Amino acid sequence: MGDTGRGKLKMYLGYAAGVGKTYVMLEEAQALKSQGMDIVIGYFEPHGRKDTIAKTAGLEVVPRKTISYRGSVFEEMDTDAILVRRPQICAVDEFAHTNVPGAEREKRWEDVEVLLDAGIHVLTTMNVQHLESLNDQVRQITGIRVRETIPDWVLQKADEVVVVDVTPRALLHRLDRGVIYERKKAERARQNFFRESNLVALRGLALRETVHELEHRGEMGHGQAAGEDPAALPWRHKILILATADPTTAMVIRRARRMSDFLEAECFVVAVQPSGDLSGLPDPDREAIERHLNFARNMRIETRILEGDDVAPALVDFARRNQVTQIYLARPRERVPLSWLSRNLVQRIASLARDMQIVIVSERDL
Amino acid sequence: MSRDLARKTPDELLRVVQAEEEAAAGKGHLKIFLGYASGVGKSFRMLDEARRRRERGQDVVVGAVQPKVTPEVETLLGKLEVIPLKNSREGTAMDVDAIIRRHPAVCIIDGLAYDNPPGLRNPTRWQDVRDLVKSGIKVIGSINIQYIDELRLQVEAVTGKHVTQSVPISFIKSADEIEIVDAPPEQPLERTPEEQVGVEIRAQRLSKLRELALVLAAEVVEYQLADYLQRHGIKQHFATQERILLCMTPRANIHEMLQTAQIIGAKFHAETVVAYVKQPELSVRDQEALEAKLAAFQEARIPIQILEGTDPVETLLEFARLRGITQIFIGHTQQSSLWSRIMGDPVDKIIRRSQGMDVRIFPK
Repeated sequence: MGDTGRGKLKMYLGYAAGVGKTYVMLEEAQALKSQGMDIVIGYFEPHGRKDTIAKTAGLEVVPRKTISYRGSVFEEMDTDAILVRRPQICAVDEFAHTNVPGAEREKRWEDVEVLLDAGIHVLTTMNVQHLESLNDQVRQITGIRVRETIPDWVLQKADEVVVVDVTPRALLHRLDRGVIYERKKAERARQNFFRESNLVALRGLALRETVHELEHRGEMGHGQAAGEDPAALPWRHKILILATADPTTAMVIRRARRMSDFLEAECFVVAVQPSGDLSGLPDPDREAIERHLNFARNMRIETRILEGDDVAPALVDFARRNQVTQIYLARPRERVPLSWLSRNLVQRIASLARDMQIVIVSERDL
Repeated sequence: MSRDLARKTPDELLRVVQAEEEAAAGKGHLKIFLGYASGVGKSFRMLDEARRRRERGQDVVVGAVQPKVTPEVETLLGKLEVIPLKNSREGTAMDVDAIIRRHPAVCIIDGLAYDNPPGLRNPTRWQDVRDLVKSGIKVIGSINIQYIDELRLQVEAVTGKHVTQSVPISFIKSADEIEIVDAPPEQPLERTPEEQVGVEIRAQRLSKLRELALVLAAEVVEYQLADYLQRHGIKQHFATQERILLCMTPRANIHEMLQTAQIIGAKFHAETVVAYVKQPELSVRDQEALEAKLAAFQEARIPIQILEGTDPVETLLEFARLRGITQIFIGHTQQSSLWSRIMGDPVDKIIRRSQGMDVRIFPK
C-alpha cells in the first residue's frame, strides 16, 4: 500500500469451486472497463460455465503460452506478453494454481508478483482452503490434504480481500444442475469435497479469514485505529518453534505462524544439532529437517541451526537470550517407537522454561 | 437418537433430517441477504437471483422494494412481477394479504426492517415475513446490519447514526439460509456522498461494519450447523472456531493466562470458558484464593464451569472433548505440590491425554 510504483492486488476469496469468484471478478472487470480503465484478462478458466463465459464479452484476453511437458501441451498465463501489453489492470483467475514444470515460475502467485512489481493492478481469485496455515484445519474438516498452498504473507499483501459468498444449499443446487461440473464429476464431487457439512465449515473459515484479513489491514494501515483496539497487546510476543525430523513439524510451523500473524509477533524456527549443522545426520533425517526449515523460510520465518548436544537446555537457553515468550513444540505421538524420548523432551523443556509459555501443538482429530 | 441415525455420516443425517423437516412442517423457507452498509449491492444480488429463478420457471414475485433504486435494479424489476405496497393515510406497508392470496412459490422482500403503520396485522415487516413463511412461501429478504437490534449500539458507535427500526437477531438466526454481500468500502462510498467525513475515517468505519457483518455471518453459519447437529444428537465439532478452556486451580497464577485468553479470544473470535474441578477439603487460604480468581474471571465475563470428578485430569478432558475445545490453557505445576506427588504431574497427564487439542502452559 505504501509504495506507489507497485500494483494493487484485489483478492476474491471463496470457499469452494462454483461460489462465483470468477463471475464477480469479471463483473468488476466489466465495470472498470466501462469506467474507461485499460483492463485485460491475463488468465481465465472457463470450466464450461455459460454465465461466467458471458461475462468475458468485450474484454481483451492476452493469449496463453503453450508449454510442452512429457509429450503433452499445457497452457499457462503468458506473463511476459502481459508485461509487453502493459494494461493498467489485469484479471488473473486461480491464484493458487501450480504451473507445469518448465514454466518460468513454479506458482501463478509468483507470476502475479511479477505483474504487481511492474505496476499493474491485479484482480484474482482463490479458495480459503489453499491458505498454508489453514492446511491442517481444512484436512480436519474435509479429510483432504490440500497440496496447492499459498504462504499466508502473500494473501496478507493483498490490498483488498472480498469474500464471495453463497449458501451451501444454493451451491449444491448449482452442482446438481450441472452448472459447476459435468454430471459425472458433479456426482463424485458430492461424495467428496462437496458434502454439505464440509461446505458449511469451509464457509465459516472463509468468513473468519476475511475478518482476520480486514482486521490486519485496519491495524497496519491506520495508527489511530490500532490505538483504540481493546485487544491491543500489552507486550510484544516472540515465538520460537522447534524443528525436528518428525513430519508433525510442518503442522507446528503452520499453527505458530498463524498465531504470530494474529498477535503480530516475531517468529523463528530452530533445529538443535551437536555440530551446529545438519552434516552428521543420516540422510532421511537431514532431508526432513532441511525440508522443514525451507518450509519455514517460504512462510517468511527466520531459521537457524543451534549447536548443542542436548536439545532441551540449548533451546531454552536460546529462547531466554532472545526474550522469547512462547515456545512451540509438537505433541509427542502415540504408538511411535521411542515416543517416550520425545515425551521426555517436552517434559524437560517444560520444566526448564518455567518463565515462558509453552505450546504443545496437537494434530486435530479427523 | 435412534441407532439407525447414529450410524449415518453427518451429511446423510443432514439430508435425512432436512427432508423430514420440510415434508413434515410444509413450511416455507427464509433466506436473508446480509449487507454491512447501503450500496453494497444487496438489492441487485437478490433481484438477480429472482431473475435467474424466474428464468428457471419458478413462480417469483416481488413483495416489497426500496423507495429509491439504482438503474440496474430498476431494469431487473422490469422483468419481475411486483406486488405494490399498500398506501394508507398512516403510511406505507407491504401488502401481506395480497401476497398470501397470490401465494407465489418465492417472494422477494427488499428491506426487512420497516415498522408498519398502526392498525395492520403486525407492527413490523419482519413479523409479516414470518407470517408469509408460515403460510408456506419461500421468502428471500435483505437487511443491513445496522438494523439488527443487538448490533445497533455497536453500529451506532461506528457511524454515529441512530436508527429506530430494527429486527431481533433471533429472527436473523432463524433463517434457513443467510448470505453475505461483501464488497470493499470503495463501492458504497461512491453512493453515500452526503456524509462530509474524511475518506480515510469513512473507510475505517465501513471496514469496521464489514467486520461486524462478517463475524455475524460466520456465527450464524456455525450456529446453524451446531444447532442442527445438536438437535439430532450428533456429537461432532468443526474446527472453524477456536474454543479455549482455561484450567483453574486455587494456586494457579491466572494473570497472564487471563490476559492471553483475552487477546487470543479477541483476535481469533474464540469462545472461552473456565473450568475448575472441585477439590476436597480446601484450606481457608486456598478457598479465598479460589474465590478471588473466580471473581476475576467473572469480571472478565468468561463463563465458569465447576466440575466434579475423582480424576481431575480426566474430568477436565472429558469436558473439553464434549465442548469441542481446541486449546487448553494450564499453569505450570508447582514441583513441591503434594497433589502432584500423589497423582503424578497433572500437566504431563494432560499433554499425554489431550489428543486433538493444543496445550498452552503458563509460567508460574
